[in-house]
Amino acid sequence: MKVLVTVTLKKDVLDPQGKVVRQTLKNMGYNEIENVRQGKYFEIGLNVNDKNKAEKIVQEICNKLLVNTIIENYTINYKE
Amino acid sequence: MKSSVIVFPGSNCDRDIAVALEKFQIKNQMVWHDEINLPKSDLVVLPGGFSYGDYLRTGAIASKSKIINDVIKHGKNGGLILGICNGFQILIEIGLLPGVLLRNKKLRFLSKNVFLKVINIKNNFCSEYIKKDIIQLPIAHNEGNYFGNNNLIQKLEDNNLIAFKYCDKQGLIEENSNPNGSSNNIAGILNKEKNILGMMPHPERLIDPLLSGEDGSILFKSLLKS
Repeated sequence: MKVLVTVTLKKDVLDPQGKVVRQTLKNMGYNEIENVRQGKYFEIGLNVNDKNKAEKIVQEICNKLLVNTIIENYTINYKE
Repeated sequence: MKSSVIVFPGSNCDRDIAVALEKFQIKNQMVWHDEINLPKSDLVVLPGGFSYGDYLRTGAIASKSKIINDVIKHGKNGGLILGICNGFQILIEIGLLPGVLLRNKKLRFLSKNVFLKVINIKNNFCSEYIKKDIIQLPIAHNEGNYFGNNNLIQKLEDNNLIAFKYCDKQGLIEENSNPNGSSNNIAGILNKEKNILGMMPHPERLIDPLLSGEDGSILFKSLLKS
């Protein structure tokens, strides 16, 4: 099973990298860009067939290592 | 007094802190992150550097090292723990100190001397700063922007758990003297029991009157009195 985890900064957390990317895009002439928030993306190969078990493991690793839940949100997608 | 300095792949201030500890007759041992048992210590130091190349988040990978279980036990039993720079980031990732260290507000790596006001002297790390509470120490970091929600910052202020704040030469704590955007100019914090200190500035770099000055020495002298 393949698991895709996307980690994004929470709404109120300052994202200086995203700001710089947005400014650069503006400098390049893309005036339509309103804002950019930069995040992280993980592709995880999982040796588990049972979806419930997979969910339990992925939730755990997100909370324990992949995500700092004080400042970050995450979404999980499972692909068979 | 006995100390252990934990060395991670990518630590680079481990030798400096060892020299500082030994200068003040603290019997120090270097401990590799992969060890399981912490030697008997009064003080554990997590040194500055770039453990694991700052992969994932600063301090995140180091916070899961094998030795950390014993470091947590040491802290919970009241043992002293000092985290400097990357060590502070690791303490936060372990969860021994609250909040989070974000990237510097202006996105630049900062390497310079800053003025600090010692806010809390009633702890084992800072007692000797009673004689001098405006000091100058170097910072060298990319992620030192201390952030916490309003509740947390208020709690730190109310319980007097902020050890150091960035200030100007006169000791004035204001936006202009804040190098990295930290909430309330916070440069170092203590846990509730005040046996754990995390700080971004480097006291181990100011221990020699000929080379640098001794504003860092005071911290080690305080430890000796603890």
